[in-house]
Amino acid sequence: MKGFLILSDGTVFPGESFGPAGTFGGEVVFNTSMTGYQEILTDPSYCGQIITMTYPLLGNYGINPEDCESRRPFAAGLVVREYCQDPNNWRAASTLADFLLEYDIPGLTGVDTRSLTRHLRQKGTMTGIISTDRKNLEALVLKARQGEFSTVRDPVSRVTAPATYRLPGEGFPVVVVDLGVKKSIVRTLSRAGYAVTVVPAGTGAAEILAQKPRGVLFSNGPGDPKDAPYAVETARGLLGKVPLFGICLGHQVFALALGGDTYKLPFGHRGSNHPVQDLATGKVTITSQNHGYAVEEEGLEERGVAVTHRSLNDGTIEGLRHRDIPLFSVQYHPEAYPGPTDSLHLFDEFKAMML
Amino acid sequence: MPLDKDLKKVMVIGSGPIIIGQAAEFDYAGTQACRSLKEEGIQVVLVNSNPATIMTDTNMADQVYMEPLTPEYIEAIISRERPDGLLPTLGGQVGLNMALELSKRQVLERYGVRLLGTSLTAIRKAEDREMFRATMQEIGEPIPQSAIVSTVAEAVDFAREAGFPVIVRPAYTLGGTGGGFAADEGQLKEAAAKGLKSSIIGQCLIEESVAGWKEIEFEVMRDYRDTCISICSMENVDPVGIHTGDSIVVAPAQTLTDKEYQMLRGAALKIIRALKIEGGCNVQFAMDTESFAYRVIEVNPRVSRSSALASKATGYPIAKVASKIAVGFALDEIRNTVTGKTWSSFEPSIDYVVMKVPRWPFDKFALAKRTIGTQMKATGEVMAMDRTFEGALLKAVRSLEIGRTSLLDPALAAVSSRELLDHLKEANDHRLFFLAEAMRRGYSLLGINHLTQMDPFFLQKLKNIVDMEKELQGYRGMLARVPARLLKKAKKQGFPDDLIATLLEVTEDEVRRCRKQLGINPVYKMVDTCGAEFEATTPYFYSTYERENEALPSNRRKVVVLGSGPIRIGQGVEFDYCSVHSVWALKEEGVEAIIVNNNPETVSTDFDTSDRLYFEPLTPEDVLNILELEEPEGVIAQFGGQTAINLVEPLAAAGVNIIGTSPVDIDRAEDRDKFDMLVEELDIPRPAGGSATSPEQALAIARRIGFPVVVRPSYVLGGRAMEIVYSQKHLREYVTSAVQVSPNHPVLVDKYLEGQELEVDAVCDGTHVLIPGIMEHVEKAGIHSGDSIAIYPARLKESVAAKVVDYTTRLAQALQIKGIINIQFVYFQGELFILEANPRSSRTVPFMSKVTGIPMVKLATRAALGRSLPEMGYAGGLCPEMPFAAVKAPVFSFGKLMELETSLGPEMKSTGEVIGMGKCVPEALHKALLASGCCLKPRGNILATVADRDKEEAYPLLENFHRLGFSLYATRGTARYLRERGLAVKEVDKIREGSPHIVDIIRGGEVDLVINTLTKGKDPERDGFQIRRAAAEYNIPCLTSLDTAGSLLEVWTRKKEGKGEEICSLQEYLAAARD
Repeated sequence: MKGFLILSDGTVFPGESFGPAGTFGGEVVFNTSMTGYQEILTDPSYCGQIITMTYPLLGNYGINPEDCESRRPFAAGLVVREYCQDPNNWRAASTLADFLLEYDIPGLTGVDTRSLTRHLRQKGTMTGIISTDRKNLEALVLKARQGEFSTVRDPVSRVTAPATYRLPGEGFPVVVVDLGVKKSIVRTLSRAGYAVTVVPAGTGAAEILAQKPRGVLFSNGPGDPKDAPYAVETARGLLGKVPLFGICLGHQVFALALGGDTYKLPFGHRGSNHPVQDLATGKVTITSQNHGYAVEEEGLEERGVAVTHRSLNDGTIEGLRHRDIPLFSVQYHPEAYPGPTDSLHLFDEFKAMML
Repeated sequence: MPLDKDLKKVMVIGSGPIIIGQAAEFDYAGTQACRSLKEEGIQVVLVNSNPATIMTDTNMADQVYMEPLTPEYIEAIISRERPDGLLPTLGGQVGLNMALELSKRQVLERYGVRLLGTSLTAIRKAEDREMFRATMQEIGEPIPQSAIVSTVAEAVDFAREAGFPVIVRPAYTLGGTGGGFAADEGQLKEAAAKGLKSSIIGQCLIEESVAGWKEIEFEVMRDYRDTCISICSMENVDPVGIHTGDSIVVAPAQTLTDKEYQMLRGAALKIIRALKIEGGCNVQFAMDTESFAYRVIEVNPRVSRSSALASKATGYPIAKVASKIAVGFALDEIRNTVTGKTWSSFEPSIDYVVMKVPRWPFDKFALAKRTIGTQMKATGEVMAMDRTFEGALLKAVRSLEIGRTSLLDPALAAVSSRELLDHLKEANDHRLFFLAEAMRRGYSLLGINHLTQMDPFFLQKLKNIVDMEKELQGYRGMLARVPARLLKKAKKQGFPDDLIATLLEVTEDEVRRCRKQLGINPVYKMVDTCGAEFEATTPYFYSTYERENEALPSNRRKVVVLGSGPIRIGQGVEFDYCSVHSVWALKEEGVEAIIVNNNPETVSTDFDTSDRLYFEPLTPEDVLNILELEEPEGVIAQFGGQTAINLVEPLAAAGVNIIGTSPVDIDRAEDRDKFDMLVEELDIPRPAGGSATSPEQALAIARRIGFPVVVRPSYVLGGRAMEIVYSQKHLREYVTSAVQVSPNHPVLVDKYLEGQELEVDAVCDGTHVLIPGIMEHVEKAGIHSGDSIAIYPARLKESVAAKVVDYTTRLAQALQIKGIINIQFVYFQGELFILEANPRSSRTVPFMSKVTGIPMVKLATRAALGRSLPEMGYAGGLCPEMPFAAVKAPVFSFGKLMELETSLGPEMKSTGEVIGMGKCVPEALHKALLASGCCLKPRGNILATVADRDKEEAYPLLENFHRLGFSLYATRGTARYLRERGLAVKEVDKIREGSPHIVDIIRGGEVDLVINTLTKGKDPERDGFQIRRAAAEYNIPCLTSLDTAGSLLEVWTRKKEGKGEEICSLQEYLAAARD
């Protein structure tokens, strides 16, 4: 079936649909990872986003029961150059197309995704529509221009756990504030032996402290941190009271809680190959990233916050540490999946802070 | 930490001649290294014995030493130059071995030379089997388990623990005889018993077998800060069991989930950290297809063939960055030159599919066993990029120049299913075509997967191609009815117009026209290291059938240079050297230089060589597409070997302007009849001969002119071997089995004149003819002139030289050469004959350019653009001889192809060449032989078989060799002659006298030097051929001219008297000549 991606500036990219029929909207972003589409689709941080993968062949190894990063895919759509109908991998249980159909997520194949990526890079991230409704193309272009179908308000509340849940462990009690947490974060903590409690994003500071955690982790999640003021408030209530570790959206939430600011990047950082420099040692680590916003540098210093890591590509802030209270955060994904496992040691730093 | 200020002078070791397993990739790496070091203000001393390289150009290093790559010579150079550091990781295994040897001899210590990049410990840890195993165990990385056993019971015990299947390798047997594969205990008992019996010391190595697993490679880098990155992952389409150099390789890895990918990437980084390598490293893994199990199977702590491929595949210049790291920089201090904005400390993201396909030499080694396995046999490779797997694969196939432009091979339709199954089971160079044929016959992918262990993902991709073939065939004869959608899909899958034409049974032209009408044209995408995330400025492109074209042509004056494709026997790195120099010359002239080539190993495909690089197949369609986009002033075809010359006719027919010598004149030189007429007109003698279109005709010509004759296919076939044939029987064999002469495939039969062969390369502007020098060929292996030793300057009478100049000048003028021409002559019984003329660059151009200091390709390119030689400062005529001698010697790769099946092959061919330079011919010859890998030692046993007419001349030579301490072996006649004159000599039997005969003695390793002069007339090839063949196989120097033997004698005698050789850099040689 024919399908289209229509951007909010009116550009139309034709292709073939390999997901459900219909019309769907979202923010169109590109990801440069060459593997990990299953993890990416199920990373709640992509909630409301139509993802185009820059690597042209997608679906090669199918979908397996183990590599989902959350209970379901949250992405709003997938745009690829070539979708693989006949995957092969010893763990593969279904195809990418079946997976998309199951969760009613549109898929578009046969698109010049490099051209699309160049377009987004030059013009910045924009919203768009995936549709199989070829008869109403003109009307859809108009709708795309008006930004219809496109925005998800407060995406964090859509992806966060509906209720608190616990994973047994012998070690320190650790609370994870689920802003859209990836399973890999919870798994990494749980494997380290902590008694992990995952709380919904709206949980207040007092409620968290009542659990007597040795540390609290603010997870990754979708969208603009300013759309989740409740999370910022919770973080503010925890400052200095318990060791805090922030990942991605959690990192941005900390910046806001500390009185800093955040801003939208022109086309974000999404991929498994982002170099981040540790400013103390000069060492560069390749990281997995997925964020459209970044922390504003101005004013951090006087608030006692030191920049510890920077992106080697564009110099944006990738890591923060408070000089006085036990708090550090990174903009990237130390838990990996998708992407390199090179930053797993940050969980040890979290541990050190809790000791 | 930026540049280490203590490093003022650094020595770089090149990899020497091209052999199988070590090809042009090290010229690319070495060139990058030299440039990268010079950029930092470091003085570079380069040592490499391969003259056909860009890296040995005088502008690449401050001092270029073209000396043998032996510890003795390198020590002498170190003592002369006193470098502060040595960079050994860019010269392949040769470079690494040299570093180990120099350190063993404490040379580095003695002269205070620091080893840069990778420490000796790291090299040893990667190279030494035991240390490697210990290191991997230490860091918990799995390697295939193995055990040394001396009883069958021990073998079974091991296998029970490690699991089946296992490989049995008997210790100390030649060529792995008695080894085997055991899938269960019964098989193992049998194999182990057999293996233990065949081992001299009664031991076997039992190793866990990972054959059939996925083979995955990672190219990783590390700097002193311990920043580690992975540049590229590569997956072999052929599973473990086939050497990665002989495998089809795709990048990035296609069938791994992120979890598997990150597991292997993590392991590769762990390994480079454990080895503390500062630079690049290649790690190869075997990965189970049914679990997360993997094994580390190889680690190369250096730049390699894979790293060259990874560099071209991603746009990340590994050798350049490795060199910067070696002199002190961290990855985040080195710019990413592709984007110009970001740094080298990142991992490239590819947004296309990269395919590498090996180029095997079996067209030259007709009788060699074509099976591929653990011993690499390919001489070169091609790379192709597209946005689809199928497109990349088909592009690669047509880049190979093996006479096929797709997976279609009509000959295979006749193959029996039995044979087909056998070929699937036992891989050979035709595997791809057999696979496609099996799919055409409807074999299930699962079944094929069982036979080949190739991943079903890859098989499905091949099947997509076969399915498309079928779908198109449904429209046979109905081009107009083919839906545009289908045609577009076929083009997206990489189907060339000529394949579509074949399937539809129409002409290629019709398909092209129809496609154009439908607006189906390729677009060009940029290789930018980052998947379009950042704006890039590198003009490095590949074609695909999509929406947006990124290669926007400039308005400048521009010219396209056609490259030479994959390295193969007869067309080596020399032509890449020429292409690169032509590009540089164009740039100097202010003309935009665009290159089209598909060889990932070369300098020409480095993205900063030309103004624009199109990484594409060199077929008329692919080239015309580029020309239609770029609209250049014209195309230069004379530097890309036969590959480029073959494109002249179709391009000219399509209206393309061929810059330089005109297509009509090229044809006049290449077409036998036209050429005969031309030389007759010019009154230049040539050996008697003729062109035959049937075996009978060939025999008749031979009878008329008399044996021996030189036979070869006419140029339309291109590239097939020339052979010297001494008898009717062999001629019949040649024209019926070797080349299959027919009216469409004529064979040229010429009188073979056993005289002095001479060769010139000349530059001509249409009027003036510049001849930098005359070369002389000696020491023919008796087969092909390309395999002979060339000496410059030729030792000739002035009158002969004058004749060479006269013929060359008149011929070049008559052919209106605008550029370069190569002419071969033979001086026979007082007369000079012309053998052939090639209106293009030859393999001797780099050699002659280097030793004469005349930039021939640059002059030829400018001449092609219309400049005159006097305008460039050259009057024409023969240049004065240089006051030194240079010798070019061939290098063979028989060791790699040595299987019983090859030993009787008539088509021996060298894969590479070396140079020796000295103040006189003996010195240069001695160095060239040493550099070619001959074990020349001034003591031991000499085997002499000398023709009667040479005996008198040979006697004093042999007497002097004897005096130097050599023992003499000789066949009956020679032995008697020597003994009669009082020389002690051991007599050996000829072959027909039965074993142990002369060849057995060579094979037995008793002989250190063979002197074998050719007998004329009777029974010439049998013993002589076998002797020379055996010597070549066992790497024993074999001299066929007494003159050469005399040269060696002279050098060794002088050495004994304590008079050493002179060692000079190329710059010093040339400066001395100028004075």
